[in-house]
Amino acid sequence: MCGIVGLFLKDKSLEPQLGSMLSQMLISLSDRGPDSAGIAIYGAPSKNEAKITIQSAKPDRDFRGLDAELAKAIGATVSIAVKSTHAVLRTAPDKVDAAREALQSIRPDVRIMGAGEAVEIYKEVGLPEAVVDRFDVRSMTGTHGIGHTRMATESAVTTMGAHPFSTGADQCLVHNGSLSNHNNVRRELKREGMTFETENDTEVAAAYLSSQMAHGKNLGEALEGTLSDLDGFFTFVVGTKNGFGVVRDPIACKPAVMAETDQYVAFGSEYRALTKLPGIDNARVWEPEPATVYFWEH
Amino acid sequence: MPATKLSKASQDQASRVFDLDVSSLRELNQALHNLTSGSNETAWEVLHPKGSHSVAVGVDQPVSIDVRGSVGYYCAGMNDGAAITVHGSAGPGVGENMMSGSIVIKGDASQYAGATGKGGLLVIEGNASSRCGISMKGIDIVVHGNIGHMSAFMAQSGNLVVLGDAGDALGDSIYEARLFVRGKVESLGADCIAKEMRPEHIELLQGLLDRAGVTGVKPSEFKRYGSARTLYNFNIDNADAY
Repeated sequence: MCGIVGLFLKDKSLEPQLGSMLSQMLISLSDRGPDSAGIAIYGAPSKNEAKITIQSAKPDRDFRGLDAELAKAIGATVSIAVKSTHAVLRTAPDKVDAAREALQSIRPDVRIMGAGEAVEIYKEVGLPEAVVDRFDVRSMTGTHGIGHTRMATESAVTTMGAHPFSTGADQCLVHNGSLSNHNNVRRELKREGMTFETENDTEVAAAYLSSQMAHGKNLGEALEGTLSDLDGFFTFVVGTKNGFGVVRDPIACKPAVMAETDQYVAFGSEYRALTKLPGIDNARVWEPEPATVYFWEH
Repeated sequence: MPATKLSKASQDQASRVFDLDVSSLRELNQALHNLTSGSNETAWEVLHPKGSHSVAVGVDQPVSIDVRGSVGYYCAGMNDGAAITVHGSAGPGVGENMMSGSIVIKGDASQYAGATGKGGLLVIEGNASSRCGISMKGIDIVVHGNIGHMSAFMAQSGNLVVLGDAGDALGDSIYEARLFVRGKVESLGADCIAKEMRPEHIELLQGLLDRAGVTGVKPSEFKRYGSARTLYNFNIDNADAY
C-alpha cells in the first residue's frame, strides 16, 4: 500500500503550521504503511546558506564535533543542528560538494538524506507518529512539504529505504506503487554519472526526475517523462525548491485525492488525510486524472 | 438537475444517530448488523464519517441510512436492501458486490464503484473514476457526471447509465451488460461495440432514469454499447494474441 501526503501553502500565514498540518495528515494514514515514515519540509530558502541533512545510526559518535571538523576540512564555517538520528549542517552554498566529499572520509558511516537551500529531510523506521515525534516535525515551519508512510515491497525496511528520496538539490519524491523497469533505468542513469544509495525502485524515479531537470526540463516536463520512461504502478508526489507536483501512471490503481483552496493545495492517498485541513468542507476536492501532470510553483 | 429522491426515511420517526467522532465504526456496523426483520429502527444517520473505511457495509435490512460527509474505501459494500445516501464523496469500492437496495452518492465516487454488484441501484450524482462497474453482475448504476477508464470491464449483466462522458476502454471484454452513454466515449475496449437503441432499450433507460431521479434528460440522447460476442469462445485465429 503506502500512504503519501503533500501540502503546498499559498497563504503565508499558515507557514508556521506546516509541520503540524503535514504531521497530522501523515499520521492519519498510518495503517497504509507501518514500516517506516519520512517527511521533507521546505523552509524559507537562503541564498547565502545551504543545508545538508545527514543521518547516522550512531549520532552521539558521529555528530559530536562534526561542525568544527567539517569546517576545517572544507575551509568554511559550518553549523550543526542535531535532531535524534539526523542533523542539519549549514554552510556556504558553494561548499556543498566539498562537504559531501569530506563527510565520506571524516564520517564514513554518515548518510546524506538531501541537500539544498530549502529542504530538510527526516526519515526512519517506525510508525509515522513515532517518526514525527522523534524529529519534532510538528514544530517545523515552511512553504511546502511531502510525507510518506511505507509498506515495503521492492527493498528492505531500513532508514535508507524509507521515503522521501532526494537525488538533486532541493528535489525529493515520495511514491506509492512499484516500478518494474527500475534496474534498467538505474543502469542508464549510472552511465550518466548518477549515484545511488539503495536498490530501491523509488530512488530510481527520483534520480530520473533529477536527471531530466539537470537537462533543463522543468518539473512539469520531467513528470511528463515518467509516463513514457517508467514502467509500473505509481502515484508520485514531488517537491522542488519552489514547486510541488503530482503524477499518476495511466492505470492509476494507486489512490489519490487532492484539495485546493485559496490557502493551500493538498494531496493525500485518501480523503482521510485531508479532513482536518482548514476550510476542507468548502475546498475543491478531486481525484487526479491518470497520466496527467499537476504542478504548482511559488 | 434535481437531487435523487431515494431515501425512504419516514418523516415522523426520529433517526438513530451515530456520531463517528464519539462512537467507533465497529459499533455502528455492529448495530446495523444487529437489525432484524421488522425492526422499528428504520432511519439511521451517520455523522462525521471523515473518510472512514467500510461505513455501513453488509446491511441486510430495508432501512435508510444518511451518511453526512465523505467516506473512504468500501462504503455500503454488500448492501442487501438498505437505502444508503452519502452526502459527500466516496472512496474506492463504494457499493462493491451490492445485492439489492439503493446507494446514492451526492458527490464523486473513486475507482471501482459498484464492482461485482449483483443487484440494486447505485446512483453517483457527481463523477465516478476508473473501473466503474467492473465485473458488474446485475447491478444498475447511474452516473450523472463522467466515468473513468476501464469502466464496465468484464461486465456480465445489469445496466450502466452515464449522463456525461466515458474514459478509455469502455466495456473491455464485456459479456451481457448494457451500457448507455450520453456524452462521448474516449475509446471502446476489446469486443465492445455501439448498438442500436431499440424501443425496449428506450423504455428500459427511461425506467432507470426515473428510478435515479433524473429529469430533463431523454433516453434518445444516449448511445447504447454492448458485447460483440466475439470473445465468448476461443478462436484459433487469435492464438497469437495470447
